[in-house]
Amino acid sequence: MSDFATLAAGPWGSALAIAAMALATYLCRIAGAVVMSRVAITPRMERGLRALPGSIILATVLPMILDAGVPAFVSIAAGIVVMTVTRFELAGLAAGLGTLSLIRALGF
Amino acid sequence: MSTLRPHFSLSGLVHGARAALPAFPGFIVFAMAFGAAAAQKGLSLGETMGLSAFVYAGSSQMVGLEIWQKVWSPATILTIMTVTAVVNARMILLGATLQPWLKHEPKARSALNLFLLTDAGWLIGTRYHSEGGRNTGMLLGCGLALWLLWQASTFLGYFAGALVPEPKRFGLDLVMPIFFSVMLVPLWKGAKPALPWLVAGLVSLIVHALMPGYVFIIAGALAGVIAGMVME
Repeated sequence: MSDFATLAAGPWGSALAIAAMALATYLCRIAGAVVMSRVAITPRMERGLRALPGSIILATVLPMILDAGVPAFVSIAAGIVVMTVTRFELAGLAAGLGTLSLIRALGF
Repeated sequence: MSTLRPHFSLSGLVHGARAALPAFPGFIVFAMAFGAAAAQKGLSLGETMGLSAFVYAGSSQMVGLEIWQKVWSPATILTIMTVTAVVNARMILLGATLQPWLKHEPKARSALNLFLLTDAGWLIGTRYHSEGGRNTGMLLGCGLALWLLWQASTFLGYFAGALVPEPKRFGLDLVMPIFFSVMLVPLWKGAKPALPWLVAGLVSLIVHALMPGYVFIIAGALAGVIAGMVME
C-alpha cells in the first residue's frame, strides 16, 4: 500500500488517476451488456428498457432547460417543431441554435 | 423487417460515420471547452489528451478537472474514481439496451463498441435500430467518428480555447440539450409510451433541486425504466 502511495505521489500520479477514471468508466460501459447477457430478459424488463431513451433525454435536459430559462425553452420548442416537420436532425438542431442566437441578439 | 439479423459490414461503418454528423456540433463545443478548461487548470497536453482518449466521457472529464490534484494520493485517486463512476453510471443502462443487438458479435468488437459508447452515439444507434437497422458496423462507424472528433476538438481547445468567440452568442452553450431534445422526436410513439419519460423528467427535476452533481440523470433514467416496467 505504501508502495502505491509513493507511486501515486510521484510523476506517475496523474497517469494512475486517468487510468482509474478510465477503468471506472469502462466498467460502467460494459456492465449493462454483461449483466443482460447473463439474465433472461423478461417482457417486463424489455418494456422498462424501451422507455429508457426518452427517459434519459428528459432526465438530462429538463433541469438544464429550467436553469437556462425561457430562451432555452423557446429554442428547444423551435428545434422540435422543425424536426417534426423535416425529420432531419441537422435542420432541427440549426433551428434550435438559430432561435437561441436570435433571442440573445435581441437582448433577452 | 423481422427477418433482419444483426450483422457487420464495412458499408455500415461509413453509414454510421455519416449518421453521427448531427452530434458533431455538440461534440466539438464540449470537447473544446474541456480542452480549454484543462489548459487553464494547468494540466499537461498528455494528461488532457489521456483523459479525452481513455475516459472519453464529457461530464465526468469536466467534474474530474474540478477535483484534479497536483500531487496524488491513494485517497484522492479513489475519490476521483468514485466520482467518475457516479457521473457515468447511466452508461450501465445504455449498455443494457445494446446487448440484444450485440449478442452475436465477436467479444473483441463488442468490447470496442462499448468503449466508444456515448449518450449521443447511443441515441443515434437506437434510432437506427428502431427503424429496423441491424448492421453493427453502423454503431462502430458512428462511435469511431465521434471519438476521433472528440480528440481533435480537445487538442484544438487546449491550444486555441482562448481564441474561441463567446459561445453563448451562437447558443452553443445549449447545443447538447437542443440536440437531445431534437432526438426525442423520432422516439415519439404516442402519449402512452411517453408517460415513463414524464416520470423520468419529474424525478430528475426533484433530485436536481435536492442534490448537487449529476445524480439527477441516473435517478431520472432509473425512474423512467421502473415506470415503464410497471405500466402495462
